[in-house]
Amino acid sequence: MADELLPTGGFAERHIGTDVEAQSVMLEALGYDSVDDLVGAAVPASIHVDGFRSAAETALPPAATEREALAELRMLARKNSVNRSMIGLGYYDTITPAVIKRNVLENPSWYTAYTPYQPEISQGRLEALINFQTMITDLTGLHTANASMLDEGTAVVEGMMLARRASKLDPRVFIVDADTLPQTRALLQNRADAVGIHLVELPLAETAPADLPEAFGIFVQYPSASGRVWNPASIIAAAKEKGALAVVAADLLALTLIASPGELGADVAVGSSQRFGVPMGFGGPHAGYMSVRAGLERQLPGRLVGVSQDAAGHPAYRLSLQVREQHIRRDKATSNICTAQVLLAVMASMYAVYHGPQGLRQIATRTTRLARVLARAATEAGHTIMSANYFDTLTLHTKTDAARLVERAHGAGYLFHLTDDDHVQLSVDETTTMDDIRAVARILGEDLADESVPVEIDEWIPAGLLRESDYLSHPVFNTHRSETAMMRYLKHLADYDYALDRGMIPLGSCTMKLNAATEMEAVSWPEFANIHPFAPEADVEGYLELIEQLQRWLADVTGYDSVSLQPNAGSQGELAGLLAIRGYHLSRGDTQRNVCLIPSSAHGTNAASAVLAGMRVVVVATSELGNVDLDDLRAKIELHADELAALMITYPSTHGVYEHEVGAICKAVHDAGGQVYVDGANLNALLGFARFGDFGGDVSHLNLHKTFCIPHGGGGPGVGPVAAKSHLAAFLPGHPLAQREFRPVEASSFAELVEASDPVTTPTHRNIVSAAPYGSPSILPISWAYVRMMGADGLKQATGAAVLAANYVAVRLREHYPVLYSGDNGLVAHECILDLRPLTESTGVTVDDVAKRLIDYGFHAPTMSFPVAGTLMVEPTESEDLAEIDRFIEAMIAIRAEADAVKAGTWTLDDNPLHNAPHTAQSVIEGEWTHSYSREQAVYPVRSLIRSKYWPPVRRIDNAFGDRNLVCACPPPEAFE
Amino acid sequence: MADEQTVQYTAEHEWVLVDGDIATVGITSYAADKLGDVVFVDLPTVGSTVATGKVVGEIESTKSVGELFAPVDGEVTEINEAVVENPELVNTDPFGEGWLVKVRFTELPPLLTRDEYTVLVGE
Repeated sequence: MADELLPTGGFAERHIGTDVEAQSVMLEALGYDSVDDLVGAAVPASIHVDGFRSAAETALPPAATEREALAELRMLARKNSVNRSMIGLGYYDTITPAVIKRNVLENPSWYTAYTPYQPEISQGRLEALINFQTMITDLTGLHTANASMLDEGTAVVEGMMLARRASKLDPRVFIVDADTLPQTRALLQNRADAVGIHLVELPLAETAPADLPEAFGIFVQYPSASGRVWNPASIIAAAKEKGALAVVAADLLALTLIASPGELGADVAVGSSQRFGVPMGFGGPHAGYMSVRAGLERQLPGRLVGVSQDAAGHPAYRLSLQVREQHIRRDKATSNICTAQVLLAVMASMYAVYHGPQGLRQIATRTTRLARVLARAATEAGHTIMSANYFDTLTLHTKTDAARLVERAHGAGYLFHLTDDDHVQLSVDETTTMDDIRAVARILGEDLADESVPVEIDEWIPAGLLRESDYLSHPVFNTHRSETAMMRYLKHLADYDYALDRGMIPLGSCTMKLNAATEMEAVSWPEFANIHPFAPEADVEGYLELIEQLQRWLADVTGYDSVSLQPNAGSQGELAGLLAIRGYHLSRGDTQRNVCLIPSSAHGTNAASAVLAGMRVVVVATSELGNVDLDDLRAKIELHADELAALMITYPSTHGVYEHEVGAICKAVHDAGGQVYVDGANLNALLGFARFGDFGGDVSHLNLHKTFCIPHGGGGPGVGPVAAKSHLAAFLPGHPLAQREFRPVEASSFAELVEASDPVTTPTHRNIVSAAPYGSPSILPISWAYVRMMGADGLKQATGAAVLAANYVAVRLREHYPVLYSGDNGLVAHECILDLRPLTESTGVTVDDVAKRLIDYGFHAPTMSFPVAGTLMVEPTESEDLAEIDRFIEAMIAIRAEADAVKAGTWTLDDNPLHNAPHTAQSVIEGEWTHSYSREQAVYPVRSLIRSKYWPPVRRIDNAFGDRNLVCACPPPEAFE
Repeated sequence: MADEQTVQYTAEHEWVLVDGDIATVGITSYAADKLGDVVFVDLPTVGSTVATGKVVGEIESTKSVGELFAPVDGEVTEINEAVVENPELVNTDPFGEGWLVKVRFTELPPLLTRDEYTVLVGE
């Protein structure tokens, strides 16, 4: 075919904001002839070969157009079969109200926002999250809930770790009910093993309180994995009497009918909010949850939204108690979790807002009634129901061979869960219809004879378990019943927030690039959205093909041999990578290798993850230039030579610099028998120019929500695949219910390695880090489409454009704000740190003042005080065009002039546009204007804002007030009057 | 109120006011400023035994967390309940209302003078 007949318009030129013309302007400012010259000068020669690899060497197919990529995704989707899932086990089909799907899931105002670190421009999603927290505390009957967890299984693990921190007892024994979800059991086992906790599994419903061993905690699944509803109050009381903390995983829908964990004595409740309108998506993403009784707030992992007040005394939301988290407390943090599942938590909370308490109760009541009609039919067909009390799930002792029954059901379009040779499990959900019940009755052996409702709710609920307490009584859950009201509420909240659909979010280390509409297309297709994570392999051929391709592509661009997509966040990828290193050392009999070297400049998550992998953190000094101090590294290696497990290093560094000595650093670690973990958080500065695996990395995690375009969703979902060299491949995450194990070519060594390793590390749950086998598959089509549409050349161009943009910002702003660190030839990587400390010193204007003043100029602030206090880290990404980058630069220059005016005495230090920023509309309209600068200077410092102004809804928020007066649930409406 | 000039100091930015066998301990204004707005203090229980240099509590601000080290060996005789209720006292009056714990000691380890501490913090 002639070139002239090929489709026009590649995707790369849509994704990359700067065209050739703009790039030549930027290159001129930097004094380079081409982007390749610039990157060539910035990246140390030791890690990249000129021209890198030839085009023929890549495993990536040539770039597809947007239309072609969608057509291929359609083909993959068609290879999945959407059967009616009755598998249950923590994942249920649900009806996503279309008003929520269209206005949240498919709305860039929600999905392109970042974690609400700048609360003044994030009040919309903070309100949605506080609705979520209120929903969770109400339904679980506990005091404080966080803003969501990664999934239910890992939330149970976090509950165990919380119990260990809070209990004063021997931190080694944790009791687990035998009737617990299989994926949760596998996770508990793997994670407990790494930190030296011994699990005692007991059938708690049949265990006498006196027989409980001494333990720091006890875990109960409620209702049980098998569907049984029983009253755990007395066993919980007995365990607590001995000093244990009680962790209960509860089903939110069931809690509308049965007593809450809080009422049963639980200290901690965990679970999933998936069935509140979030599609199963072959396992995720969904929002897990955690709530705790009063007194345990400071032990909570993850994000917590609280109410504070702004400078005008109005209520305002913000993230509370941030010092619990890993970025502050490092190896002493409550958890390594950085992110939440904000977008999914927002969806689940809106499901409760839309249905309200009565609506949820109706859904639950109908669900349990259908389960009862089905149970009667099953009994009439000769099967035995294993438990008299159940909510939505029946375990049947089958009359005939259970496996054949499951097969027959599959043939008829229904998925049952095969428990063993004689038992199957069936779950009913919101989407189940009477037609389904009739069809399932036929599969079970008899036509449905009786369609009446067998018993009323309170007749089956065991003594003491009928829910009598109120829930969701706040007006927000009782107002938005019509679709019009719901649509407007969602729009109203979205309008409060600043997301990528308004302008640039130059957050350093966050890579806020374009999340293209075509990439997002497939997420809500039923063939990707409505698949149960434990569906049979034959139903998920399309998914497995997509996963295998993406794994291959990611391995190819990073220079590794094997990739696991299971980790649900970068932090979980880190943990998976470190557990792989641990498994490797153990398999070689090197049980003493448990020291993890971490540079002082590293992200706090590194240290927190190392602790959870059972390692001991030893900090390596950072030189004045921000690089790893090689002498100190060598000294620490020598000191810990026999115990050295790993070095964790971020490349390019957290300081946004291509560290010159990275080759030497990796070699020193390898020579001492250690493994090199390269944190891939900054991969966006390297892709196409160098590969971790080529310059010494043994294992890395990647952030698909940074480099590979998965949207940040306002603070989650994330996807943090772990990639490794072949010698570590056998220790990457497995899953007891995985449809397929993906192994690299070297798989032959797998059996030997496992055999040689610690007996607990069996292949079935080896190093599992997420509840679902492939993590959050429903958003993988996003990264798949990105790579497919960029091709190797496009990815390389994107990196070049990102590095060019960062260096352009650095060179233009250098005379106004010093650039703190740079590498070879004075260049930065894909981000630059502007040092505001000299400005603060000379003018009194702080980094907070500048960040908040940027809001008045219509910008989201860069990353504040990370990795260095008193600085701003700017990452423009490749997706911003020159006009937007220049608008940002000019705003920063104008703010510098304002600061100089403060210094000159034009304005006083406590009354100037910086100190008082951000300015709300109310603040410049109401009352007499008494400030020494004009209203126009306050809100329209540049003329272009007059027609396109983003108005923050609140003024600067008082952080201390919120932390001293902790309130984490919806305030009454009067508070806003 | 402890007199900044006459109390003794530790390298961990704590001040120690000795009265008989009782040491009153707080953090210095330098440390309080570095921490920023203090929002929570976690203090040891009265009657507990503490050892020099060991962590006995935490001081949390909105952006950071500092550890409280015991400057002496001994037994905690009193903690400042007012500062638990109003952690901002650590910022507003670090040498007075913002004191943290009192410890009964038998032997006083070497501590820093005002001058030595001033040199340490470079002010």
